[in-house]
Amino acid sequence: MSNPKSDGGERKYKVVGTRPIRHDGLDKVTGRANYGADLALPGMLHGAILRSPHAHARIKKIDVSKALAMPGVKAIVTGADFPEIGSGGMAAGESHIDPKDLQANIMARGKALYHGHAIAAVAATSVEQAREACKMIAVDYEVLKPVLSLEQALAKDAPILHEGRKAVGVPPLPEGDTNIMMRLANAKGDVDAAFKTADVVVEGWYEASMAHQGYIEPHATVVTTRENGQAEIWCSTQGPFAVKSMVAVTLQLDPNLIRVTPSEIGGGFGGKTTIYLEPVALLLSQKARRPVKMVMSREEVFRATGPTSGTRIWAKLGVKKDGSFVAADTRMEFEAGAFAGSPMGAATMTVFASYNFPNFRLEGLDIVVNKPKVAAYRAPGAPNAAYAIETVIDEAAEKLGMDPIELRLKNAVKEGDVASYGPKFDRIGFVECLQAAKNHPHYKAPLGKNQGRGVGAGFWFNVGLQSSATVSINDDGSAVVRTGNPDIGGSRASMAITVAEEIGIPVERVRPLVGDTDTVGYCDLTGGSRVTYATGMAVIEASKIVIEHLRARAATIWGCEVDAVEWRDGQAIGTNGASDNKPLTVADIAKQMGHTGGPIIASASVNPPAAGPGFGVHICDVEVDPETGRTTVARYTVVQDAGKAVHPSYVEGQLQGGAAQGIGWALWEEYLFDKDGKMENPGFLDYRMPVASDLPMIDTVVVEVPNPLHPYGVRGVGETPIVPPLATVGNAVSRAIGVRMHQLPMTPPRVLDAIETKKG
Amino acid sequence: MAKIQVQTTINGEQLDFLCDGQQSLLSALRDELGLTGTKEGCSTGDCGACSITLDGQLVPACLVLAAEAEGREIGTVEGVAQGSGLHPIQRKFLEHAALQCGVCTPGLIVATRALLLKNPNPTEAEARYYLAGNLCRCTGYDKIIKAVLDAAASMRGESA
Repeated sequence: MSNPKSDGGERKYKVVGTRPIRHDGLDKVTGRANYGADLALPGMLHGAILRSPHAHARIKKIDVSKALAMPGVKAIVTGADFPEIGSGGMAAGESHIDPKDLQANIMARGKALYHGHAIAAVAATSVEQAREACKMIAVDYEVLKPVLSLEQALAKDAPILHEGRKAVGVPPLPEGDTNIMMRLANAKGDVDAAFKTADVVVEGWYEASMAHQGYIEPHATVVTTRENGQAEIWCSTQGPFAVKSMVAVTLQLDPNLIRVTPSEIGGGFGGKTTIYLEPVALLLSQKARRPVKMVMSREEVFRATGPTSGTRIWAKLGVKKDGSFVAADTRMEFEAGAFAGSPMGAATMTVFASYNFPNFRLEGLDIVVNKPKVAAYRAPGAPNAAYAIETVIDEAAEKLGMDPIELRLKNAVKEGDVASYGPKFDRIGFVECLQAAKNHPHYKAPLGKNQGRGVGAGFWFNVGLQSSATVSINDDGSAVVRTGNPDIGGSRASMAITVAEEIGIPVERVRPLVGDTDTVGYCDLTGGSRVTYATGMAVIEASKIVIEHLRARAATIWGCEVDAVEWRDGQAIGTNGASDNKPLTVADIAKQMGHTGGPIIASASVNPPAAGPGFGVHICDVEVDPETGRTTVARYTVVQDAGKAVHPSYVEGQLQGGAAQGIGWALWEEYLFDKDGKMENPGFLDYRMPVASDLPMIDTVVVEVPNPLHPYGVRGVGETPIVPPLATVGNAVSRAIGVRMHQLPMTPPRVLDAIETKKG
Repeated sequence: MAKIQVQTTINGEQLDFLCDGQQSLLSALRDELGLTGTKEGCSTGDCGACSITLDGQLVPACLVLAAEAEGREIGTVEGVAQGSGLHPIQRKFLEHAALQCGVCTPGLIVATRALLLKNPNPTEAEARYYLAGNLCRCTGYDKIIKAVLDAAASMRGESA
């Protein structure tokens, strides 16, 4: 369907914009909510995975006989149990997945491509027994030299991860075997000539380490199989329908046989948009003919699920004295991990999206290395891209002696501007965000000794995709809304708010449910900041159909034409000859459903081809201890355009959470590998995510520039807030210490080193 | 291997359970007793998702052996609500939208209860340092800290 017109922000809302208690909250504060690892079934076995101790090795032979003979061991699977499948793309929400790679990442075939790569799996009567049995599986490896950095991957004599695989994309492409899986390029104008006209030119390399989404709940699944081939999958996922199609393709099963029930999800941030355990548990269950539960340890989550790419990005910016940008150039190198598919593409599309560059050139490379295969992480690719471009912009502002927000305002994209990646911007709120940041008291507050203030901006497309919803009226006039999107941050509340707003019943009288793949219509995954936008639109449409039913029932009760019934404030109101009738509430009509045509229920589906882009501007004050190089975040403010905040508390929560993840990425978080490619810090003690005492309160300003594509003006808000922090914190540190930082995370030793180098 | 019988009190109720010698209290609570409100995030004592109280002391259940629970009093999230109503901490977490995915919430609520028993009037910094062992990846802690301070005020009778 086409997108309904936005009300342009003029509509007066009764429920949208309020802050009701979330419907699933009670179960989550009492421990009643069931997450992935909380299900137990009678007769259930426990699975464990044997993982590669080498970052790069050929698997010559696997002998499971000793393990299989152990007490309590019921089944073992290896790569040989998976069907052969060909390459080819499959749509997976925001990205594309190669099924052959997906399968080979779930269980190694032929080669182990990272330390922790799954080699075999055991199902036994206890987890301990399964783990013991894994140790008894004999694997004969031919250890190969690993590729552990972008530099090593691009070296002339580099070991090759995927022999015979050719690079794809925009020529010139490397010939012969290569670790470059894709090259993208784009340009506008005469970049070299334009740089010559610039008054100030800044450039630099900006590096970021591999970082993990860090969801607190490890991946978990319970799979039951039946003799007729059916499989019931319970798992923690952002997309039950995506799990269904991915399991079907990796095991070459008829998708009709698979039903996926999403558990409550303990965080995902993109990391639970793919699968790891589900096909393995399914095969084990088929072999053992019992339900199989598999739960990852934290160490396994770090070693063998997708973090986001380590990156090396060069950016160059040319600016006139008056602050106008004349040209920009970038080369972006992204670690994909062991298989093709880093978020380099999105990085190339977002890097220049926030500003008008009359001339630009970009090149992006997707490069395989012997590290875990990356997965989506909140606005995938965009934070790394913004880190580079927003840093050179800050440096240019310093050189010009210009206020960094003024410099951005001078070049910011507005409605009608053509985005660097192609389309023309509709109504967007970047300028409004920049102005709100400029006027915020934080921006004018004095700084203390050893403190610095950084500013950074960020853009994310947001997506639409396919969504459906069903709204039904109970016989007491309450309502149920059902969708297929796991609630990762309060979306049940926004679905209920939407029904309450449309139909006109109290939000507490709406029960929002998340269904499994057999009980609700298709929904693309919870990702791309799309649920409140797209699924919310399906809920609006379904609610509108319900209202039509309610009007028709009122007309039946009154014996008048349906045109004489208006729906206002949750009531059927008679007009034109029917006005003598006492208005009927939803409860009044619901009571008589059985006499007026039966149950009242409606479904609707949407497939919006686009979503309203999100822009954010962050301000950060840091204090750097010149003796130790330790950075403390003293104050942080997030300004973002939400279009229309349906539940403002959960919008603020997204802004705060995204900022916190970005701060962690900027200052503390990184994958550390030893010389053999073994991750050295696969736990929360050494992979250092922000804790409560690391952060200040995070102030938020929710700007509302209505999105013309949504009836309420809603824009997705989940991803944009992680885009600006890397550069924002980096700019703050650089201004505090008077020297530009080029590598994340900005750990105390790196900062101290920069201070010492400056001193000379 | 012979199982060990453990007599303990959980949320005020006397209970017996059987466990293996190497089994963690977290595993016993979740897998033997069906108390799955206590979550497992790391099993190394770093994330706080499995926070419980043992004789009133806040501990990660993953670092306690199940057999060590013998004769002890255990408090889990399932025992926080009072009668048919929520504990003020739970109420304030809901009112302040102090949870998104909710998987860290049980541990944070148990930890907050332990904090406020020790220190009914914590400063923001005291709350942040006490709860530094409870990781939350969704919220950035802002709303959690506000909920904790508001719950403390409420429990002191200073707000609704």
